[in-house]
Amino acid sequence: MDRMIAIDVNRLCKTYDSHKAVDDLSFQVYAGEIFGLLGPNGAGKSTTLRTLITLLHPTSGTATIMGHDTVREADTVRTLIGYVPQERAIDRFLTGREHLQLLGALYHLTKDEATKRINELLKLVDLEDHADRPAKTYSGGMKRKLDIACGLLPNPKILFLDEPTLGLDVQSRLRIWDYVRMLKARGMTVVMTTNYLDEADQLCDRLAIIDGGKIKTLGSPVELKIALGGDIVSLTLKELDRIPSFEIDIKGRPAIKSVRTTTKGLDIRVESPEKALPAILEAANRLGCSIEFIQYNRPRLDDVFIAHTGRSITESIPETESAS
Amino acid sequence: MEHYWQEISALTMRWVRRLSREKFSMLFTLVQPMLFWLIFFGNLFQRAADTQVMQAPNYISFLAAGVVIMTVLNNGLAGGVDLLFDKENGFLERLMSTPIHRTSVILSRFIFVMAITSMQVLVILGVSYLFGVHPATGILGVATILLIGMMFGVGLTAISMAMAFSVKSHGDFFSVLGFLSLPMIFLSSALVPLNAMPGWMSFLAQFNPMTWAIDAVRPLILSGWTEALPHVGMVILVMLVFDALCLYGGAKAFRRAMG
Repeated sequence: MDRMIAIDVNRLCKTYDSHKAVDDLSFQVYAGEIFGLLGPNGAGKSTTLRTLITLLHPTSGTATIMGHDTVREADTVRTLIGYVPQERAIDRFLTGREHLQLLGALYHLTKDEATKRINELLKLVDLEDHADRPAKTYSGGMKRKLDIACGLLPNPKILFLDEPTLGLDVQSRLRIWDYVRMLKARGMTVVMTTNYLDEADQLCDRLAIIDGGKIKTLGSPVELKIALGGDIVSLTLKELDRIPSFEIDIKGRPAIKSVRTTTKGLDIRVESPEKALPAILEAANRLGCSIEFIQYNRPRLDDVFIAHTGRSITESIPETESAS
Repeated sequence: MEHYWQEISALTMRWVRRLSREKFSMLFTLVQPMLFWLIFFGNLFQRAADTQVMQAPNYISFLAAGVVIMTVLNNGLAGGVDLLFDKENGFLERLMSTPIHRTSVILSRFIFVMAITSMQVLVILGVSYLFGVHPATGILGVATILLIGMMFGVGLTAISMAMAFSVKSHGDFFSVLGFLSLPMIFLSSALVPLNAMPGWMSFLAQFNPMTWAIDAVRPLILSGWTEALPHVGMVILVMLVFDALCLYGGAKAFRRAMG
C-alpha cells in the first residue's frame, strides 16, 4: 500500500563556508507517523529541521511539505506546520496566554477563533491554572508544555519538535511523550530530532540515523535492530584459554550467525535463541568449558547506532557544527 | 494588508507589554537621560560654562538640544538589543516560522523604539521647560524636533538591528555599543559648540550626523525659525542619506541572518 507522503526531501545539501552541515540527504516522511532524526550534536539534524520549517535555504536539493516547496512556497508551508524550538524560546515577561495570543495574531486568527483554540490548548497541556502568570515563574516542564501549545496553535498538519525533552526530568519527559503519542492518534504527522536513543526507540515509528550530515540508516526501530542480525548471547568463560577452541567449534553451526571474541569470553550473534542456546551449551559441555556467566541481549538502538556510525552517541565527534 | 497590520500591532504590543512588566527598567529608561545629563550635568556646568561661547542664556538651555539627541542616540543604538535576545533564545525563529511578512518583526521594533523615544524627548523638553527653557519656535518647533529625532533614530535603530543580527554573542554587541556611544557624544556639539573644541575634535565632530541633528534642534529651542530653517533643511538631507545607508546595511544583515 502506498502511504501518503507528508514530507519529501530530495538530495538536500547545506554548506556553511566549506563545512557540509547536510550532505545529500534524501528521505520521506509519511502522513500520520512520528518520524525521528537521531544523531549526536552537530550531525545535521537541526539544519535539516530548520530547512523543513523554511528558516534555512538549502544550498542545493529540495524539500517539500505536503507537496509545497519550502523555498518557493514558504508562506504556504508556514501555514501547514507548527514548530517547537529547542529550549526556552519563551518570552519570560509574557504570560502563557499572551504567548498564545501573540501567535494567534501571527497566524491571522480572529479574536474568537484564537480565544477558543487557546482555551482548548491550555487545557490540553494542563496549563490552565498558570496561564496568566509570567513565564519566568514557570518550571522547565511547564515551559516545555507552553512551547508545545505554541507549536499546536496553528492546528498544524505537521508538527516539528526540536529535541523535545532535552534537559527535562523523567516525569516531564514521559508526559511529553504522551502528548506526542496523543497527537499521532489524532492524525498529526510529527517530526522530531533527538539525541536520546530511548526516546527514538519508544516514540518514533520510523527514524533516520544521521551522522556527519548523511543518513546512515533509516527504518522503524524494530527493522533497524533486526537488520543488525539478531540477538546476542554473551558468554563469560572460566578458562580464558579455551576461548579460541570454543569459537572454532561453534562457528558456522545452524542458528549461529557470527561469533566475536571478547576479553572474557564470546559474543555470539544468534538467529533464534531457542535453537542457539542448546547448541551453545552442548558445545560448552563437550569441550569442557565451564561457563561463569551467560547473558542474553536483544540488540538495542545503541547497538544500531554504534554499528552504523562506529561510535556511541554520547562520544564527542571531531567536527562539531556551530549551533547557529 | 489587513494581515500585515494584525501582525505588526500584535508584535508591537508585545514590546509594550514587556516594558510594562519591567516597571523598574521603564522608570530608568525614561528618567535616566534627563536626570544624569540635563539636571546634573546641566546644573553642574551652569557657572563653569561661558555663555558667550555657548551663545545661550545659560548652560541648561544650551544642553537641552544635546540631551534630546543623546536620548535618540542611546535609544536607537540599544534598539536592537531585544531582537538580539530573541535571536539567542530561539524566540525569533518561532516568530519567523509563522506565516508573517518577513519585515513585521523589524517594523514593530522600529515603531516601538520611535514611540518610546518620542515620549522621552517630550519629557526632556518638559523638564527643560521647568528649568526655564522655552522653545523659541513653539509647538511646531517641538514637532520639528521630534521629526529630526525620528529621522536620526531610524538610522541608529537600523545600525543596532544590523549589529544584533551579525554579532556572535550579546557580549560583543554590548562591547561595540559601549565603544560607540560615548565617543559619538563627545565628538559632537552636544556638550560644547564646535568652535570651542580643540581643532582635531571639531574636525571629527563635523562628520558626526549627531552634530547636524543637534545644530538644527538647538536654534529651534534657542533662537527661532529664521535661524533654524537652513539647519533644519540641511539636517533633513543629511538624515535621508544617513537613513538610506543604515537601512541598506540593516536589510543586508537581516537577509544574511534569516536566510
